[in-house]
Amino acid sequence: MIKVEGLTKKFHNFTAVDNISFSVEDGDIFGFLGPNGAGKTTTIKMLTTLLNPTAGKIFLNNVDVVHNPNEARHNFGIVFQDPSLDDELTAFENMEFHGVLYDIPKKIRRQRIDQLLAIVELEDRRKDYVKNFSGGMKRRLEIARGLLHHPKILFLDEPTLGLDPQTRNHIWSYIQDLNKEEGITVFFTTHYMEEADRAAKEIAIIDHGKIITQGSPGQLKEKTGEASLEDAFIQLTGYNIRDQEVSAVDRMRQTRIMRGHR
Amino acid sequence: MKTIYILWLRQIKRYFRSKARIVGSIGQPLLFLVALGFGFGSMFSKAGEGNYLDFLSPGIIAMSILFTALFTGIEIIWDRQFGFLKETLVAPVSRLNIMIGRTLGGATVAFLQGLIVLAVTIPLGFRPNILMIPVSFVFMLLIAFFFTALGTAIASFLKDMQGFQLIMNFLIMPIFFLSGALFPVADLPEFLKAVLTINPLAYGVDGLRGALAGLSYFGIGVDLFVLGMITLIILAIGTYLFSKIQI
Repeated sequence: MIKVEGLTKKFHNFTAVDNISFSVEDGDIFGFLGPNGAGKTTTIKMLTTLLNPTAGKIFLNNVDVVHNPNEARHNFGIVFQDPSLDDELTAFENMEFHGVLYDIPKKIRRQRIDQLLAIVELEDRRKDYVKNFSGGMKRRLEIARGLLHHPKILFLDEPTLGLDPQTRNHIWSYIQDLNKEEGITVFFTTHYMEEADRAAKEIAIIDHGKIITQGSPGQLKEKTGEASLEDAFIQLTGYNIRDQEVSAVDRMRQTRIMRGHR
Repeated sequence: MKTIYILWLRQIKRYFRSKARIVGSIGQPLLFLVALGFGFGSMFSKAGEGNYLDFLSPGIIAMSILFTALFTGIEIIWDRQFGFLKETLVAPVSRLNIMIGRTLGGATVAFLQGLIVLAVTIPLGFRPNILMIPVSFVFMLLIAFFFTALGTAIASFLKDMQGFQLIMNFLIMPIFFLSGALFPVADLPEFLKAVLTINPLAYGVDGLRGALAGLSYFGIGVDLFVLGMITLIILAIGTYLFSKIQI
């Protein structure tokens, strides 16, 4: 369903993603894990046509993303890591806008909007402007919107960041239902290891722009001899808090962003 | 079609919801009309040029459309900063349709703004030629489309609002002040005339003034042709640049 070969992204002389290859089977839930600044978001941006790779190939549902971005966009949905709502519109209008862009027939659209707003517990706030929402409410709305059109592939970039366990639980069970009932392939990143352990069938760990290991959560634990995925993750990516290194990369990325070379 | 409509609708909703913006954008044209219109009015008529308010009003209408249109085009920068641009860019909608929807929305808003200013000029004493109002609408729309598309094109390579002031001072202000919106073109020094002939707004102002006040320097036909052509060109450039946006 997702096939990536030799994917590389360089920002001047900084290599954010370094020649990675992986594939995700149809119907899988695939966890893409890594410390901050490892290259997760850059990878997702390339997979979702927002950023052109420096080198490499990407296929989503057998569509070449680099050469055929318009067609590729029909195959996926995404929940972004950072906000992407229109603050001047209401919750309902944000959902409706998305539904129309994705060409969901009106009846199904309205039905799903109701259902999803109920899941993220925003049904009584549907007519409120998003600018009046708290951070958590915006996050929930964002997820509800991303799930609206039931794509073939769903990208979730740290979807549950900053949400309470109840909401996370709700959202993950909805995602897992979608995966089972509609066969939607899910590609997600997260910092919550227990979430990855529970949801993912397959996990790839990326660090410094390279994939350092791939396997099921069980295999990763077995390989490292750790009892939890969190410990396995720490063993694989280093025990040290790589303050220095991480912040250097982050800083670099930050200046790139400020200069506009995202 | 539906996608173009929803993109258009979003712009319209945003416009009507920001009352401060509507009120604020009437303030400036009103100030120009009152201060310049009445301030220079007697001088203008003593020089034998006729009623200054009739001369000035089309220029101020054009000005308000210029500012609003450019602003709605440049709104893409905000959408980029607040993240909403990503939402539209990953949707299975061609960049061309996104551009069309946005430009239609922005141009509609700018046109409405022009209508509001037109309505404001009348109690101040402007007497437009009623029969030619439909023709003036054509020019108002063309100005609106041109500058919305120009704003989009600019916003496609500006990453944040820091460059905006630069554009304001070195592009928009010259475009406005050197368009003949405030003064007659006929007696200008040759170099200024030359500048005017390459200024898109000059044709918009001239056409609008030709339609509403019966005063035209280039001739309405020329205005329509030139403005129509460059609008098509800038739409094509804007669409191209927009399609190349990366986040």
